[in-house]
Amino acid sequence: MFLSMNWIRDFVNLDGIDLDELVHKFTLGTAEVEGVEHVGADTCGVVVGQILTVEEIPESKKLHKLTVDCGDKVWQIMCGAPNVRVGMKVPVAKLGGMVSGMKIEDRKLAGYESQGMCCSQKELGVSDDHSGLWELPEDLPIGKDIKEIYEIDDVVFEVDNKSLTNRPDLWGHYGIAREIAALADRKLQPYPVEDLSVYSELPEVPITIEDPELCYRYSGMTFGHVTKNQSPMNMQIRLYRCGMRGINLLADLTNYLMLELGQPMHAFDYKRVSAIEVGHLEGVQTFQTLDGKDRTIQPETLMIKSKGEPVAVAGVMGGLASEIVDDTDSFLLESANFDAASIRKSAQAIGLRTDASMRYEKTLDPEMTVTAIARYLKLLLEIDPEAKVTSRLSDVYPKKYPVRVITFDKAYVDRMTGIEISEERIEKTLTDLGFELKREGKDFVVTVPSFRATKDVTIKADLIEEITRIYGYDNFEIKTSKMDLHPMLLTPEHRLHSEVKDLLAFSFGAHEVHTYIWNDGKRLSELGLSNEGLLHLTNSVSPDIDTIREQLVPALLCTALKNRGYAPSYNIFEIGSVVPALAENGLACEEKHLGVLLYGRKIDEPALVAQAKAICESIAGAIKGVRFEYRAAAPEEVKEWQHPYNSFVVTLNGEKIGLIAVVHPTVCSKIEKKAAAVAVEMNMDKIYPLEKIMPQFREPSRFPSITSDITFITDSTTPYSEFERIIAGVPNEHLAGTQLMGIYVDDALTGKKSVTIRFTFTSYERTLEMNEVLEYVAAYRDAMKEIGAVVAVV
Amino acid sequence: MNSKVEELRARFQSEMNAVRDAEGLEKLRVAFLGKKGFITDVMKTMRDMDENDRKEMGRYMNEFKAQVTQELAEQGKKLQARLEEEKLKNDVRYDISLPCESPLGTLHPITIVQRELEEIFSSMGFAVEDYAEVVTEYDNFEAVNVPKHHPARDMQDTYYLDNGELLKTQTSAAQNFILRKYGAPCRAIFPGRCFRNEDVDASHETTFFQMEGMMVDTDISISNLIYFMKTMLSEVFKKDITVRLRPGFFPFTEPGFELDIQCPFCGGKGCATCKHGGWIELCPCGMIHPNVLRMGGIDPEKYTGFAFGLGLTRLAMMKFGISDIRYLNSGSLKALDQFKTL
Repeated sequence: MFLSMNWIRDFVNLDGIDLDELVHKFTLGTAEVEGVEHVGADTCGVVVGQILTVEEIPESKKLHKLTVDCGDKVWQIMCGAPNVRVGMKVPVAKLGGMVSGMKIEDRKLAGYESQGMCCSQKELGVSDDHSGLWELPEDLPIGKDIKEIYEIDDVVFEVDNKSLTNRPDLWGHYGIAREIAALADRKLQPYPVEDLSVYSELPEVPITIEDPELCYRYSGMTFGHVTKNQSPMNMQIRLYRCGMRGINLLADLTNYLMLELGQPMHAFDYKRVSAIEVGHLEGVQTFQTLDGKDRTIQPETLMIKSKGEPVAVAGVMGGLASEIVDDTDSFLLESANFDAASIRKSAQAIGLRTDASMRYEKTLDPEMTVTAIARYLKLLLEIDPEAKVTSRLSDVYPKKYPVRVITFDKAYVDRMTGIEISEERIEKTLTDLGFELKREGKDFVVTVPSFRATKDVTIKADLIEEITRIYGYDNFEIKTSKMDLHPMLLTPEHRLHSEVKDLLAFSFGAHEVHTYIWNDGKRLSELGLSNEGLLHLTNSVSPDIDTIREQLVPALLCTALKNRGYAPSYNIFEIGSVVPALAENGLACEEKHLGVLLYGRKIDEPALVAQAKAICESIAGAIKGVRFEYRAAAPEEVKEWQHPYNSFVVTLNGEKIGLIAVVHPTVCSKIEKKAAAVAVEMNMDKIYPLEKIMPQFREPSRFPSITSDITFITDSTTPYSEFERIIAGVPNEHLAGTQLMGIYVDDALTGKKSVTIRFTFTSYERTLEMNEVLEYVAAYRDAMKEIGAVVAVV
Repeated sequence: MNSKVEELRARFQSEMNAVRDAEGLEKLRVAFLGKKGFITDVMKTMRDMDENDRKEMGRYMNEFKAQVTQELAEQGKKLQARLEEEKLKNDVRYDISLPCESPLGTLHPITIVQRELEEIFSSMGFAVEDYAEVVTEYDNFEAVNVPKHHPARDMQDTYYLDNGELLKTQTSAAQNFILRKYGAPCRAIFPGRCFRNEDVDASHETTFFQMEGMMVDTDISISNLIYFMKTMLSEVFKKDITVRLRPGFFPFTEPGFELDIQCPFCGGKGCATCKHGGWIELCPCGMIHPNVLRMGGIDPEKYTGFAFGLGLTRLAMMKFGISDIRYLNSGSLKALDQFKTL
């Protein structure tokens, strides 16, 4: 929103104040100023001149040779404007003067001397009109500096609209002036209005409100005998500086009031609109708004009707049919207050956000509708004293806000601020900002003014803001707090995530990536995978990205697809959210999962599988001191990205907590021809609650160990866990451990493999004898017969 | 007699000088000390001597034998040392300038910055919490005092899900949970991933990280808020940071502030990072709204508190000089594998 300092000065005297500093104070105390412009500062020496002669020249079709009386002297000026005319009064920049930063010097145009420059409105920064010279009124005195007549000079600043969202009172210059007055410690002038009560004998304007929940107040008044249709130049300049343009007097005045008081208004041609109904249309209808566009109006959009005919989209824009035109001499003036949410929806429904609807969305003060009419009338009569009031003020006000009274004491202010702000200062600040304040013993009893009471100031914490922002946050002494000390350890969940990330990045060389919570549908289909999930976004921009993921690994596969050609092998991981199930009440059962993808060439696949298991073992052992179990996945547990046979379920005490799987070769081949990938996915939520089991120290034996390597021949399908099971079934107090030394699949032994296991025996009491050990080994050798494993003849 | 020994001695010395290797030394040893060596030969001749001569000769010979034995041993050591020295000289020489392959992977830049912040706050006694990404409307809006028709609830900003839940738009969604979990007093930060339905470009993402913090106790004040923000940001940027507060509106705070820092990159003179304004808007914050405390089961008449939200993603970008936000979620290893740091 653009604001004019000239306009603000109508209501508060700013003489002697550095305006740039004031604007800075406004940023720190009220709302962010995005830019300040000293308009007119680069223009000087422009006076009223009168064209005495106009002469065409043979050298140019456009240029004219003028003689212009500037009071001090008659100058010859070459001018290219099309609207030059003898007798016309125009602004003339004299020699030595400046226009928009350009110095005016004596120079030659088309060979003729030119001693000055006649200006357009655009050149003087008062409008966009550059079609010709600015034609000044005939009664202006020749030679008078234009800046003494018009508001060429101003300080215009732009306030970030977003920072005013919660301040409906700041959507007009008068409200801003109130802030400025408080910040600058100056007095705010009362708002100048006309007394409307003198018209109470005139007839009423018929106004009906169908739904008081949507229209809190509708004030209307009619006027006639309007003789002027153009607004004064200075008013037009102010409108222009604030981003609007002059249309005609009656419409300009509504805009002027909106920019001044923040109250949107509308003027209807009285010939078309003489009664008002606020309500809805039946069924979907087409309605033509002021901008000439046909709008489709839904039944829920609030409309202004006159005798059943729609005449405006309430709070958004009027209709073309009832707009003020050049010969309008009587009109009905609307000053109303609507429900903020309803106006926001209306504006959204027709795709038209106007200056009016933007203000209504902020929840405006309904008390100001009548003030706006009284002000409008004052301005109208100043401009057009002939205009007549033709109705009394008609005011339907079905929904009033309650008057808010807030009580607090200084101790509360001390507690909330942590600094000392004097009682006098508290009183002065609140009074300056328009609050009424009484003392009742220790208490301050504050009545919130209506313009702050619609939603902005409701509780005592709101008053703290008023007091402190005017006090200035830069003036705060800063202090640490006093608080009892408690140990504040990381939560088990946080610790686990952190440890797993370190383990993967720094022990397994994996890169952490972030992927989206929704599936990447496009890439999944590129991999030949379906886009599955239990939850969907209702408002995604694309169906490719509307499904919430159930698993992490598919996202990592998509990431691998993006990194095609990055390196022959790499590892990536993520800890992220997935939604693998919904609760009975439909709510998401969100889990935090770890996903790891080990990627390499086909020949590396066995190593990748081993590494995947090592990751699981490290998480179990190093981080929690527990052991996971592993089993082959049942067919129904295998997702489409997994190898149907090389997929494994990781369990802890029988409960499923994750998986290790070779990625389906067909999927891998979509990433790269000879690629192999092995993935791990783990539910971190099942792991973090586990109590960490610390290692218990056992003193090593002082006696030497004896080892014996035995090679068994068995079916190639026998898992190693079968050997472990058999070994565990033959208890031996001296068996210190076993170790797999190697597996060899000999082509000559069809369907068989040889497995070499090293048995290590130790005693804590003595050195073992060789023949004892041989007996021990023989026992294991015999037991292995159960799984059909025989000792290889060497 | 003596002359014979002297002769032997001289012979030993000259042959010893000629010894070049272990083999030569062994030959010399055998020649003098062997069973058929010179010394044995002389000893044998001693039987025929008279007693006095024999004694004298025996003393000479024993001395000589000891000398030979010692010199042989010394020379043996010398030869061994020379041999080892030779071997070392011929050993392979390594080129330490050769590049090596790093066994390290990388953490995501967000993780790195997040840890740094967590460390700062942990050291000041703050708990570090986490929260879900799929949350209810209650958590995301109601519980933090965002009214039903607030524009923030608009479809265009929030990702709604077909089960009626939504993807959290702000870490504030966890405020209620944290207040209920810890009660008062409470000090906690909760970093998390947030989602907004907006067009993606170099500085906008649908998916980004924030870090929220809260402190609640009987007398927490605006003055404390400024202190903690200044201390924390000075740690983050590793230099004394000047902060300023401006009024800001957030439904969950009252009063609410926008916190700006004087640009740490140019010292406030104006640069590309601060868009030549000298200040960077960094951190919305404020005193926790009494309604939020109340909904968290905390009596706002008894307790006050402050809350703040930090753009973790933005901070990471500033810290590492990442100019395009899209790199962070790209999964592009070319971009991410640069963060080889603990």
